[in-house]
Amino acid sequence: MSRRRHSDDSDAGQPHKRRRTSEPSEIEERLESLICRVGEKSNSSLESNLEGLAGVLEADLPNYKSKILRILCTVARLLPEKLTVYTTLVGLLNARNYNFGGEFVEAMIRQLKECLKVNMYNEAVHLVRFLSDLVNCHVIAAPSMVAMFENFVSVTQEEDVPQVRCDWYMFAFLSSLPWVGKELYEKKDAEMDRLLSQAESYLKRRQKIHVPMLQVWTADKPHPQEEYLDCLWSQIQKLKKDRWQERHILRPYLAFDSVLCEALQHNLPPFTPPPHTEDSVYPMPRVIFRMFDYTDDPEGPVMPGSHSVERFVIEENLHCIIKSHWKERKTCAAQLLSYPGNNKIPLNYHIVEVIFAELFQLPSPPHIEVMYTTLLIELCKLQPGSLPQVLAQATEMLYMRLDTMNTTCVDRFINWFSHHLSNFQFRWSWEDWSDCLTQDLEKPKPKFVREVLEKCMRLSYHQRIIDIVPASFSVLSPANPVCIYKYGDESNRSLPGYTVALCLTIAIKNKASNDEIFSILKDVPNPNQDDDDGEGFTFNPLKIEVFVQTLLHLAAKSFSHSFSALAKFHEVFKTLAESDEGKLHVLRVVYEVWKNHPQMIAVLVDKMIRTQIVDCAAVANWIFSSELAHDFTRFYIWEILHSTIRKMNKHVLKIHKELEETKARLARQHKRVSNLFVNSKQNGPLEEQIERLQEKVESAQSEQKNLFLVIFQRFIMLLTEHLVRCETGGIDVFTPWYKSCIERLQQIFLQHHQIIQQYMVTLENLLFTAELDHHILAVFQQFCALQA
Amino acid sequence: GLAWGGAAMSSGGTLSILHSDSYAELSQYRDQHFRGTRYDQERLLRKSCTLYVGNLSFYTTEEQIHELFGKSGDIKKVIMGLDKVKKTACGFCFVEYYARGDAENAMRYINGTRLDDRIIRTDWDAGFKEGRQYGRGRSGGQVRDEYRQDYDAGRGGYGKTVQCQ
Repeated sequence: MSRRRHSDDSDAGQPHKRRRTSEPSEIEERLESLICRVGEKSNSSLESNLEGLAGVLEADLPNYKSKILRILCTVARLLPEKLTVYTTLVGLLNARNYNFGGEFVEAMIRQLKECLKVNMYNEAVHLVRFLSDLVNCHVIAAPSMVAMFENFVSVTQEEDVPQVRCDWYMFAFLSSLPWVGKELYEKKDAEMDRLLSQAESYLKRRQKIHVPMLQVWTADKPHPQEEYLDCLWSQIQKLKKDRWQERHILRPYLAFDSVLCEALQHNLPPFTPPPHTEDSVYPMPRVIFRMFDYTDDPEGPVMPGSHSVERFVIEENLHCIIKSHWKERKTCAAQLLSYPGNNKIPLNYHIVEVIFAELFQLPSPPHIEVMYTTLLIELCKLQPGSLPQVLAQATEMLYMRLDTMNTTCVDRFINWFSHHLSNFQFRWSWEDWSDCLTQDLEKPKPKFVREVLEKCMRLSYHQRIIDIVPASFSVLSPANPVCIYKYGDESNRSLPGYTVALCLTIAIKNKASNDEIFSILKDVPNPNQDDDDGEGFTFNPLKIEVFVQTLLHLAAKSFSHSFSALAKFHEVFKTLAESDEGKLHVLRVVYEVWKNHPQMIAVLVDKMIRTQIVDCAAVANWIFSSELAHDFTRFYIWEILHSTIRKMNKHVLKIHKELEETKARLARQHKRVSNLFVNSKQNGPLEEQIERLQEKVESAQSEQKNLFLVIFQRFIMLLTEHLVRCETGGIDVFTPWYKSCIERLQQIFLQHHQIIQQYMVTLENLLFTAELDHHILAVFQQFCALQA
Repeated sequence: GLAWGGAAMSSGGTLSILHSDSYAELSQYRDQHFRGTRYDQERLLRKSCTLYVGNLSFYTTEEQIHELFGKSGDIKKVIMGLDKVKKTACGFCFVEYYARGDAENAMRYINGTRLDDRIIRTDWDAGFKEGRQYGRGRSGGQVRDEYRQDYDAGRGGYGKTVQCQ
């Protein structure tokens, strides 16, 4: 037989990737494929597919048992939306092979313990749910499952542990009940009643200070934004009242009842929750996002109520589908739309609600924002007759409720809506939103429309935006993004520095060097100084003004032109911006030149940080400066600030990584160098490098901490000023500006919570002390409560 | 952390079948002008942070590209594709990210969506080299604009051969 494989001439030098495939690995791949694919669309019924697969696997058990165990454990962990398909499969296998059932349960328990050890709590919940559904499949005995849940609930009695730890164990217990509540209650009603009453008392006494920080809307109407455990508890209470009747979950095992009830069950080994350690990181609390109810789709099937267990199961499954397929947008859309029960529930509404729930989730969406935009577009493509209308309805609703929407969520709404429109020729019924035209421009609705139009312009061009909105909306249209050059007109010739600006212009056009620029600038007087201290270049705002204005004006044509200009005259920039005041002034001038083109300001600030013309603290101080007060609530300002913080964070991580890698290299070196060389104290090049990197890390971390302190300090100053002014003036504190500002402060905490956790002591002792106004202190307290 | 947790677990594996990432894979296209072996090229493509972007309108600006592609991460550089003769935009560009993960997200979520009302296409690029910013068509633009028969207002109207008839 020929052993020829595919020939590839350019294989020269490339190690053989393909060996002759051996039978076992082919079979393993086939097993993987069979198991992963069961439950997907097929010509045969699910029951016959499961029956067939159980037969195949049973036959392969003698040779491939550990592989099959591994695959099943993995799908239990990674495909929770197909939970009941796989529990049925395991049930059938257990009925045919009792020992295998026992080994599977043991493997699952091992996997659960490992998940908890490495903080994979979301996947651990799926494992717990899987185990509990195995009770329905006669694999696990109900009393032993109840015993495990008793151990879970007893975690709420632990002392000196974070609330989020107790929360998780409570959630794992309660969220399994839609699947197994009926069975457990039938077998052990007294124990279950006791567990439920313990749950109730825990839920009553746990603190919920963190909730306002995580809510998308501050209003309770039309849908209260409930804390996730509260919502789940209401759902379970209702389920209990309905005598645990749950009709939504697909239960393939019901068809196999006669086979399964003959099977012998296993007892779960006693499960002790692993203790809390310093390294334990539990999931953040959540708020349940709701925007639809049964009144929103009067024509179609009724949407299950907010406290129905069906609503919980549907949402869980849809979230799981997104989690499984987020990288494959077409598959994800198809899987969402083929969720079973299509004609009994208003599936499009559920899908849209779940997607927006993720997009608006605080602190952050589970996946990158742009994924949701593209996923919604794919869904519109697959359901062109129905989904776009639901989406339009949702957009309208979100617009109507802007007044109480969290500022961070409004940001995401702006980004999503503008990007979405750009894929549909910007078609929208803007006149429907004419109500915003009569409002104060700082109010949420007109502000939203302004920011959307600005973002739409960035994705197209100015005239396009003028064309797509009715004439009445011109007051909200973005400015034409042109550069403002103060020395441009002859009429400005009386301005100080005008002649130097002309000189510079000619010089730069003639490809002057940095030195030539320096010599031209030498003649610029310093309005700040009475005498010259002979230092040469100290802070001279006029020099900065003339140079930066002129250069940016000459390079205004495109981003690339401006970047080239920054690169070419980097030396001049560095010198002029050497002092802190210099850096601040450079930023001021950039703003003056480009205030019509926020996008340009953002990319220039980014470049200047990366080329170290300005530092992050300078940007922070600039953002809070009085010159920018007018733009303080504009979206682009916060994009710049968060981008700046992210660059700082990435910088620290990068140096830290370098340090760790160098340390690892040193460790490997030490391993290689045997005991012959005793003098380990020798300061070799690697040791020196590590010392230097250590210093670099410390310095970067210090800069990072300083950045956050500056930001918090400025927020406190600004907010205190406002609060004092309102109190003395007897006016209401809660202006649109105030709402925006306090939520921007919250946003800093939420978006960078992991880093900020390191500074808790400093923040508590230095900045967020008891003397602070309670409005501001509340934000800090809510943040503390998040992981408490 | 979560990223390595899955791989580190001994009792469960990760099934490749569940981790499909077709949008981020290499396409069939290979730059014929690439200097080096097929193997070298593919090695570079697999670690590249640079994307080729095609089917742009001639009027699409660097700013628009920056705004759209900035949605998947911080952009290091945008290089506009130019007509070799006219030195004007000829409908393609390169987008370089600082991090490969950001480029992957662009492949997953920006490829196949619209910019200036046109469905744009992104593909992995082995890395920008001087000269690659120019169209390779005989008339100076891209090859695809030499021979196409249709009228495309955003790409100079009819194809060059049609125009010359």
